[in-house]
Amino acid sequence: MIEFTFWDIVRNLLLAARWTVLLSLAAFIGGALVGLAVLFFRIAKNKWVKRIASGYIALFQGTPLLMQLFLMFFGLPMLGLRIEPWTAAVLGLTFFASAYLAEIWRSGVDALPRGQWDAGASLGLHYLQELRLIILPQAFAITRAPTVGFLVQLIKSTALTSIIGFEELVRTSNAINNATFEPFKVYGLVALIFFVMCFPLTQYARRLEKQAPVR
Amino acid sequence: MGYSLDFGWLAGAAGVIARGAAMTLLLIAVTTLAGTFLSILGAAGKRNGPKPLQLAIGVYVEVMRNTPFLVQLFFIFFGLPTLGIRLDPILAAMLAMTLNMAAYTIEIVGAGLDAVPRGQTEAALALGLRPRQVFVKIVLPQALKVIYPALTSQIVIMMLESAVVSQIAVRELTYEADMLQARTFRAFETYFVVTMVYLGLSMGLRRLLVASGRRALGAGVS
Repeated sequence: MIEFTFWDIVRNLLLAARWTVLLSLAAFIGGALVGLAVLFFRIAKNKWVKRIASGYIALFQGTPLLMQLFLMFFGLPMLGLRIEPWTAAVLGLTFFASAYLAEIWRSGVDALPRGQWDAGASLGLHYLQELRLIILPQAFAITRAPTVGFLVQLIKSTALTSIIGFEELVRTSNAINNATFEPFKVYGLVALIFFVMCFPLTQYARRLEKQAPVR
Repeated sequence: MGYSLDFGWLAGAAGVIARGAAMTLLLIAVTTLAGTFLSILGAAGKRNGPKPLQLAIGVYVEVMRNTPFLVQLFFIFFGLPTLGIRLDPILAAMLAMTLNMAAYTIEIVGAGLDAVPRGQTEAALALGLRPRQVFVKIVLPQALKVIYPALTSQIVIMMLESAVVSQIAVRELTYEADMLQARTFRAFETYFVVTMVYLGLSMGLRRLLVASGRRALGAGVS
């Protein structure tokens, strides 16, 4: 039987935390890209395109992330793709994040006065230029706090990928716990590591919220 | 090689799915009541309690909000027995969900309390009501009305997050789905159906909350 010292536990958890960080980053970047596409659909002029985007968002916000991950994990092989926990985790979290980010940014677009669009049009900008030069920069600026807040939620959500077998922090801690039988210590440390990752971001989001101009 | 979907197992599984959904609803019902009650105490304590209590509530909120629910659940279910507190899975799930939700709703309720004009309290005190009466009869109802939409969202989010308690073998909807797919070998179809059940539950729950909120708190609640 292998003995785990306190440092062995900490070291293994920290090594596993790298995967949590990497997964969070990949999902956030992927989610931002897909979310941008969803946002374009969501604010499109065509009623049907808009409705499809709304449905997409409602679907991901109205079902558990765990189910979404299961569907990825068991659904992708049916499309003939080789399935690995990492792929399912990244894709699942990416789609999950895209729905939330699109909705957050949409609220930013909606918050802008109609005059911003009109001013853009009167300058002779076409739709995409208006979005790129006038609307989106302002929409992103006023939704910075909820975006960072969502990043915190996303980091916490990576814990669920342990259930579909991705070796991140929580899955590693389960294995360590099974070897050491010290759940109080192991899960306490895991909570601490998550806290250290999330708390600064939460504080940052709070500061952004305070800075935000009152509209 | 193509894969053909097969939903033939569904007829025999409807009962099991319904039972799982009932457990999920029970969990969220208990959590909503206990969590809201706890967060009213917490929000009041954070505003009017003694300094150490205020600090403790603040730390509690930050810790719960910055760690994953799954880890909190494991901590309570696997960790507490080492301190001699052994909970059965359903109780552990209810406790974890309540504690998690309270951390979010303390902030929400607090915002509601802050939104009630100070004059309301002063007027009530001037009429000779005792401080507790002022809080329960004057301030709290007005605060709840303001925060009701945010509370509704939080309840729905918590219901979706309750899928995780399948991991400590609570026989709720996700747990039944896990068992079903192990029996039918139709993993994708099973999770697809259960996902749709969750979607229905969350939409239904939201409707129900909005409708009952209108009835209890008066018009203007959306």
